[in-house]
Amino acid sequence: MPIQYPAGPIEEHRLVRRSAGLFDTCHMGRIRMHGPGSFHLLDRLLTARLKDLPVGFSRYSLILREDGGVLDDLFVYRLGEEEWFIVVNASNVEKDLAWFQNWASKEGSIQVEDLSSRLGMIALQGPRVMELLGHVAQVENPSLIENVSRPNIGGVRAEAFGTEDLSPSQTRLAGQGEKSAQGSWTPPERFGWSWVWIGKDGSGGERNTVTPGLEGGDKGRQRREDMRESTGTGRPAREGPREGAPATPGVRCLLGRTGYTGEDGVEIFPPWEDTPTVWNILLESAKEAGIEAGPAGLAARDSLRFEPGFALYGHELSEDVTPVEASLLWACDLEKPFVGRDAVQKRKAEGPKEKLVTFVMEEQAVPRAGYPVADETGRTVGRVVTGLYAPTLDTFAGNAFVVSDLAGIGKTIYIVVRGALKKARVVKRPLYKPAYRS
Amino acid sequence: MTYDPDVKYQKSHEWARKEGTLFTVGITDYAQDSLGDVVFVELPAVGKVVKKGEAFGVVESVKAASDVYAPLSGTIVEVNSKLKDDPALVNKEPFGGGWFVKIQASNPDEYEELLSFTEYEAFVKGL
Repeated sequence: MPIQYPAGPIEEHRLVRRSAGLFDTCHMGRIRMHGPGSFHLLDRLLTARLKDLPVGFSRYSLILREDGGVLDDLFVYRLGEEEWFIVVNASNVEKDLAWFQNWASKEGSIQVEDLSSRLGMIALQGPRVMELLGHVAQVENPSLIENVSRPNIGGVRAEAFGTEDLSPSQTRLAGQGEKSAQGSWTPPERFGWSWVWIGKDGSGGERNTVTPGLEGGDKGRQRREDMRESTGTGRPAREGPREGAPATPGVRCLLGRTGYTGEDGVEIFPPWEDTPTVWNILLESAKEAGIEAGPAGLAARDSLRFEPGFALYGHELSEDVTPVEASLLWACDLEKPFVGRDAVQKRKAEGPKEKLVTFVMEEQAVPRAGYPVADETGRTVGRVVTGLYAPTLDTFAGNAFVVSDLAGIGKTIYIVVRGALKKARVVKRPLYKPAYRS
Repeated sequence: MTYDPDVKYQKSHEWARKEGTLFTVGITDYAQDSLGDVVFVELPAVGKVVKKGEAFGVVESVKAASDVYAPLSGTIVEVNSKLKDDPALVNKEPFGGGWFVKIQASNPDEYEELLSFTEYEAFVKGL
């Protein structure tokens, strides 16, 4: 993911808040864990409560060391009773994989797979995202499908995430001809996920065979051509499914109604080789539908996650911080045993020496990660972990760890900017209320 | 990338426009493009004496904070107050409305030592 696209990070930020933005989040880690005992193991490793997480939903969680230090923050999707899909931070993939694999190896029955190079990942975020998806997405409703049982992610069902070609029997959607694309799009609930097919609208609502993206590679191209042949009509699928002919519904993706921007939106996991295709379909279809959309980069992602108060590993979170200092006890189910719980309970009882606060600059200056925080005498009382221009609020703001007695709402702190003390005020989080939270 | 043929440049990517013994100073199109969205410009107080090559201000973009160096020695006689409310002027009009300061030069000959636009263009292309 580039830091920015030509529009620039401020415009990219505003585009996501007013319409729709696409993030290439392929750099993030994607891990599958499955097998008997996987619920029990994950429930011990994750701070979040899993017993009330139904199949079809996802949840935010932390993983901790025994001493309470945060190893990572992640999203866990429950794919089946004993099948899990875990999205982790790019910088922690190796560490997290080793952590999960080490624990799983003690069980024997649990497999841990790195899917990071087999699945791509696109975050599509903004208030017009569901409208856009109505033009391109079709939920794989089991009642619509012939000859396809509910698939597993990973190697078991190759048609979705492997490299084998789709065979006609696996691609047929019953009633395809009568259904318009728009009519069959029902978005999952917040934090829910679905299998969806993403393809471009045809004139009659039929699904076209998609054109591989520039980076689709030979494999993707080959696969598309096979799909075309699989219509069995001897004609390109572009002309649409005919009576009795299998449809070519585009690219099959895991889609979660999740995201990290404070807007409604989804995160889409297509097969790796089809990811540029999905990216292009989304941008082209937005244009055709008159929905303003464009790519957004890392800098916009940072300001978009900051405003609604979401932590970013390496800034608000690290192995030196526990959920107590980071104000993430809400992500910890202290009523169940998990790795690090004792340390967290101890820290909570003692009271943390420092706390994460959000501040807004009262004097004009740009705070940046790493700048010291001082009291009015100039004594160092903390450090900035995120500092930036917040476009929606049109102000300079940030997050800092400060000594607990200066961590109260309304307290005055000073950010040391190039040796000068610049006045700031501790404020209540979040600065921007997520659109989906009523 | 645009270059203004009527100003002179230095390699740290500032420009100076001669108006008698007064010089208007800003940063180049190349500089603003490299920095990206400018969100804040820290300018010196009027009356401050600056030396050629010395940092006199800071331009902050989303990406980073960068020093701005004086292309000539002299006294700051005016600062662009519009940048306070609209720092993006630096991105939109680097050679115009996005100017930083006006310097009353103490040694106007220093202007002749600066790069012409063709020299600066060649320098940027080599970067």
